[in-house]
Amino acid sequence: MGRKLLLEHINVPGINTLAVYREKGGYRAVEKALKTLTPDDVVEEVKKSGLRGRGGAGFPTGMKWSFLAKPEGVPRYLVCNGDESEPGTFKDRYLMTHIPHALIEGMIVSSYALGANTSYIYVRGEMMPQIRILERAIEEAKAAGWLGKNILGTGYDLELYVQPGGGAYICGEETALLESLEGKRGNPRIKPPFPAIAGLYGCPTVVNNVESIAAVVPIVNDGGDEYAKIGIGRSTGTKLISASGNLVKPGVYEIELGIPVEEFIYSDEYCGGIANGKRLKATVAGGSSVPILPANLTLKYANGEPRLMSYESLSEGGFATGTMLGSGGFIAFDEDQCIVRNTWNFSRFYHHESCGQCSPCREGTGWMEKILHKIEHGHGTMEDIDLLWDVQRKIEGNTICPLGDAAAWPVASAIRHFRDEFEWHVKEPMKSQSTNYGLANYANPIEKKPEEVKES
Amino acid sequence: MSDLVKVTIDGITVEVEPGTTILNAARQIGGDIVPPAMCYYSKLKGSGGKCRTCIVKVSKGSEKDPRPMPKLVASCRTTVMDGMEVLNITSPEVLEARAGVVEILLINHPLDCPVCDQAGECDLQNLGYEHGLQKTRYEFERRTFDRIDIGDKIQLHMNRCILCYRCVFTADQITDKRVHGILNRGDHSEISTYIQAAVDNDFSGNVIDVCPVGALTDKTFRFKNRVWFTKPVDAHRNCSHEKCNGKVTLWYKGDDVLRVTARKDQFGEVEEFICNECRFDRKKTSDWTLEHPTHISDTSVISSNHYETFKPLPVIKENLALQEANQRELEKTFKI
Repeated sequence: MGRKLLLEHINVPGINTLAVYREKGGYRAVEKALKTLTPDDVVEEVKKSGLRGRGGAGFPTGMKWSFLAKPEGVPRYLVCNGDESEPGTFKDRYLMTHIPHALIEGMIVSSYALGANTSYIYVRGEMMPQIRILERAIEEAKAAGWLGKNILGTGYDLELYVQPGGGAYICGEETALLESLEGKRGNPRIKPPFPAIAGLYGCPTVVNNVESIAAVVPIVNDGGDEYAKIGIGRSTGTKLISASGNLVKPGVYEIELGIPVEEFIYSDEYCGGIANGKRLKATVAGGSSVPILPANLTLKYANGEPRLMSYESLSEGGFATGTMLGSGGFIAFDEDQCIVRNTWNFSRFYHHESCGQCSPCREGTGWMEKILHKIEHGHGTMEDIDLLWDVQRKIEGNTICPLGDAAAWPVASAIRHFRDEFEWHVKEPMKSQSTNYGLANYANPIEKKPEEVKES
Repeated sequence: MSDLVKVTIDGITVEVEPGTTILNAARQIGGDIVPPAMCYYSKLKGSGGKCRTCIVKVSKGSEKDPRPMPKLVASCRTTVMDGMEVLNITSPEVLEARAGVVEILLINHPLDCPVCDQAGECDLQNLGYEHGLQKTRYEFERRTFDRIDIGDKIQLHMNRCILCYRCVFTADQITDKRVHGILNRGDHSEISTYIQAAVDNDFSGNVIDVCPVGALTDKTFRFKNRVWFTKPVDAHRNCSHEKCNGKVTLWYKGDDVLRVTARKDQFGEVEEFICNECRFDRKKTSDWTLEHPTHISDTSVISSNHYETFKPLPVIKENLALQEANQRELEKTFKI
């Protein structure tokens, strides 16, 4: 059994209440941090732990915190990004629904470390139940003296607010989130300045994912060094993975970073293999934005070594043969799934969610969706596949925020690895409407060089 | 006064104030290396970064940190560092990406230039000529919007809009109250007013001038003439509006003033914003003190039928100063 840090007590009845949470050792981190540590000590512990942002980019949290500007007389803010809307990712919702106090405890410790006296939890607008759960939990914590003025008699004040989001994927981008939190249209800002210098209301701000903030609790409890012992290389600690798709046991799993992908998919402790006795065709390892990989490259590198669940290992091979850990939205596709249809579905999502601020993303995502729709429905031509490749290349890297990249990568990787299937849709338009391309050779062991894989 | 920083754009070095953007540094050099800008407007705070036509490659970050920037950057929002080296028209990568942006801007554009009042002075048209393809690769139905009437003076053609947000910034910063903005998101975003309220403000007409395309046009000039048949003359009047100084460009056809706009600099930006009275209600030569013919860049289609001819306009015939200016311009043309 892997170690559980965040979900250790998830199955305890009533863990969503303060009393039970406290009984299970909750709010120890607040006591420890506020009474025995200075804010800089907490930042130091987080730095030592090697915790990397759990929202997708994987930027070291401790380093992000140390970038925070600290001018005199200007308030600083901590904002928790609970706008989880990536297709395939649902770990934050799970955490907020079942152990809201873990997040609140993390918020108190993190706010203390950053010197913030007002902090916000920005929760996706569609998650109304979670917003109510969090608000109730904040009430409880406040009544018990964990929030408000002079917490634990240490003289530290903190007010915590929950803000329902605008119901847009783009508001999960940190600067769009800040705009939305300020009550404006959720358009991403142009960086620099980064939020660490000028964020919410122009003040220095740190925006962290729900899971990153919750992970600060075990780091403070056990010490950063202890946390860093879990995991592998620069991927330390545990990570929540939202497993979905054609799996025997889909759901949210806490894994120690560094377990083999094969173990994660097939072991009974985790997903338990592919449902209905079918074979794995492809996976999206970290939420819809990351490149899709065929089964053979999911389980092993191009050179035949096993691939592990960690930031480095999943991105081994770059975009040619690798992917990213992203936000941990693990989607598995069995042999009956159509990659073209799936890519179209993702594109439809990005088209719908583009904010419309900068041109390549606004117009390009719609264009990609239309081409994919055409290919999927049997009207495509070979030129369309090349055109699609060209359009995604024009979007990638040319936009204000990463949504453009996120829209381009799934399309690029699908063409890169599954070009055969796209071409089959073009060549067999009638057949493609009623049958599937099937597994083909996507699960065959890799023998060739990565460049040749896409053409094979 | 702080020290100047050195920046090299396409091999040309210029010294600028720290904090200057790459685009403005390039404008100080001038010429072909100036990146095109559809959404950036130097007079409007916060504008820029959206259209992505001004993207450039930074091949050397600065003297201290010579690493190149990993992505192409929007030159209008990236500030220069000492020793920075920038590639614009000398980088095939930039030109390709810019062509891509232009293509993407045009896929949903109606391309109704033959009936568009902006034709001839349209940034998108210029970009299309420079970077566009002969034939579109977009084969789907174009997105369309209904035409919206926003007040009695301004016509909004949302189909032509490229969502540069300039008019939104103008209304925020120049007029007293903004009543229009962006609705919806993604490629359904549109400029609109709150339940079709009329844009009615002393300075609202300026949104026409800042619009880079034909999305916002002057109703009093609508379908009157093509801009390249009209002849621009700078003029001024004693405007009673406190924020307007009455310096304008009059666009003549024969004896008639067809429209009045603010004066624009070489980058197509308004020099000083003008009030609606000057713009819409003063269309007689007697209202104005004429100064001189407006200088129009040789590359503009408007100059192809300019006033610098042997057959001067009736208005020039009566004014000695204008006659002299015309003579001078003519001599210059002959020299070339």
